[in-house]
Amino acid sequence: MFSLFQYDFFINALYAAVLAAISCGIVGTYIVSKRIVFIGGGLSHASFGGIGLGYYFGFNPILGAAVFAVLSALGIEYTTKKASIREDSAIAILWAFGMAVGIIFVYITPGYAPNLMSYLFGSILTVSHLDLYLLIGLSILLILFFTTFFKPILYVAFDEDFARTQNIPVTKINYLLMSLIALTIVFNIRVVGIILVISLLTLPQIIANLFTKNFLTIILASIVIGLAGTLGGLAISYYLDIPSGATIIFFLVILFLIGRIVKWILSRR
Amino acid sequence: MSKKLVEIQSLSVAYNGDNVLKDVDLDIYENDFLGVIGPNGGGKTTLVKAILGLAKPVSGSIQLFFDKGSIGYMPQISRFDTKFPISVFDVVLSGMAGKGKLPGKLSKKGQNKAKELLEQMGVIHLRKKAIGELSGGEMQRVFLCRSLISQPELLILDEPNTYVDNQFERDLFNELKKLNDRMAIMLVSHDVGTIAYYIKTIACVNRKLHYHPSNIITEKQLAAYDCPLQIITHGDVPHTVLKEHDKS
Ligand SMILES: Nc1ncnc2c1ncn2[C@@H]1O[C@H](COP(=O)(O)OP(=O)(O)O)[C@@H](O)[C@H]1O
Ligand SMILES: [Mg+2]
Repeated sequence: MFSLFQYDFFINALYAAVLAAISCGIVGTYIVSKRIVFIGGGLSHASFGGIGLGYYFGFNPILGAAVFAVLSALGIEYTTKKASIREDSAIAILWAFGMAVGIIFVYITPGYAPNLMSYLFGSILTVSHLDLYLLIGLSILLILFFTTFFKPILYVAFDEDFARTQNIPVTKINYLLMSLIALTIVFNIRVVGIILVISLLTLPQIIANLFTKNFLTIILASIVIGLAGTLGGLAISYYLDIPSGATIIFFLVILFLIGRIVKWILSRR
Repeated sequence: MSKKLVEIQSLSVAYNGDNVLKDVDLDIYENDFLGVIGPNGGGKTTLVKAILGLAKPVSGSIQLFFDKGSIGYMPQISRFDTKFPISVFDVVLSGMAGKGKLPGKLSKKGQNKAKELLEQMGVIHLRKKAIGELSGGEMQRVFLCRSLISQPELLILDEPNTYVDNQFERDLFNELKKLNDRMAIMLVSHDVGTIAYYIKTIACVNRKLHYHPSNIITEKQLAAYDCPLQIITHGDVPHTVLKEHDKS
């Protein structure tokens, strides 16, 4: 095992695991508490449009994905507040649009698309330095934002109308959080892939929520559980030689089942 | 002459082009205890939201002659996600969010005030629980604490007597009667019988608003106001709403 630490790619994977756990732990708690998991699923799929454009026009696909996801997030927030389109319809349309654009542009890109699988299914062992810098910047931003505005965020998420009566800048906070959700999803795509990234933002929280109903405790517990999931999954995938992204999520599902059993035993005593 | 707090002039509010409120006029003064009644879907909640700035008027005006942060608001409970991970204490503290410089940074004073109110309402022992772990009555008490912690000049309660037992209802209304010395109260209910004894004046809301400057109202008057309501009174509440035959 120790010999592994000599490899840069392995060290990078460890950094990615820690940063993924932090960013997903914070943002995922907001997503699960506010019951907007479907929005998260929509954003991750919508971002594929940006990946396709990145391949075709030759810029970094993750940056394309970030633009697509943030614009989709702002669009969803705007639509549901201002227009008379149902929120789930707006999400379904952006979800489909992003995937379709992505597939078409990947297809018409000459030659073959390197690393395409790593975007779809994740590949924590091949995260680049840029991926890590993006994750570090995001994690710092999230920690600063959530520690400075913890109470207003909590109040807005719980009861938006009441928060408005308290002169809290609800609209600004909502747009900002939607953008941060989009960025968190996109920057974690390299860890577990577009299809499973929303699981990394929900499974740790669902497990934590089995044992605590406190917002802050759920965040902290989710970071620990997320770290156990990414590191455990990474180790298992390495030794069994199976895809890391899927293994991480599978391992988290197992942790959830264990959590349920533990809770069941505790409640019987 | 007491101070005017709210002035609403020919207010209309619409959702998707349908008028929910039409040409509503209403003034609220500092010692008012206004009962807002009307059938379900009549627009009572919409009127409250318009006063709070949560629903945009299509025409007309709403003027507040005091700071908006000085409205205490207790929303209809059915609206909450009771699974949300927030503690009772935090719910109450959120009623002070508008007061500090940085929203959410709380003084020791605010925390003490919250404890004091929870104590008064008999729910202090629940302060560390998640809001969803409480019964309907306990939850209502907590939301009342939240609406009172900012020491409002106007207290607006939207159907506070749903999901609670008769005992709590009477305690609540008696408490409101005391609070009325210090603040104006606007109490929304779809059931005029239970609140009539406590209120001073009545507004009947059914798309239009008819103001009734007394707490005594007859079924015939209600019908004339296009506010068809069944009058139900509970046991020992003094009978201030009259059915036609009662008047003779
Ligand atoms: N956000 C909304 N969007 C569309 N229609 C609404 C909305 N809120 C309320 N309505 C409609 O407006 C009408 C009045 O509702 P409301 O003010 O809640 O009545 P009340 O509180 O008297 O029961 C109802 O027909 C309701 O369906
Ligand atoms: Mg209502």
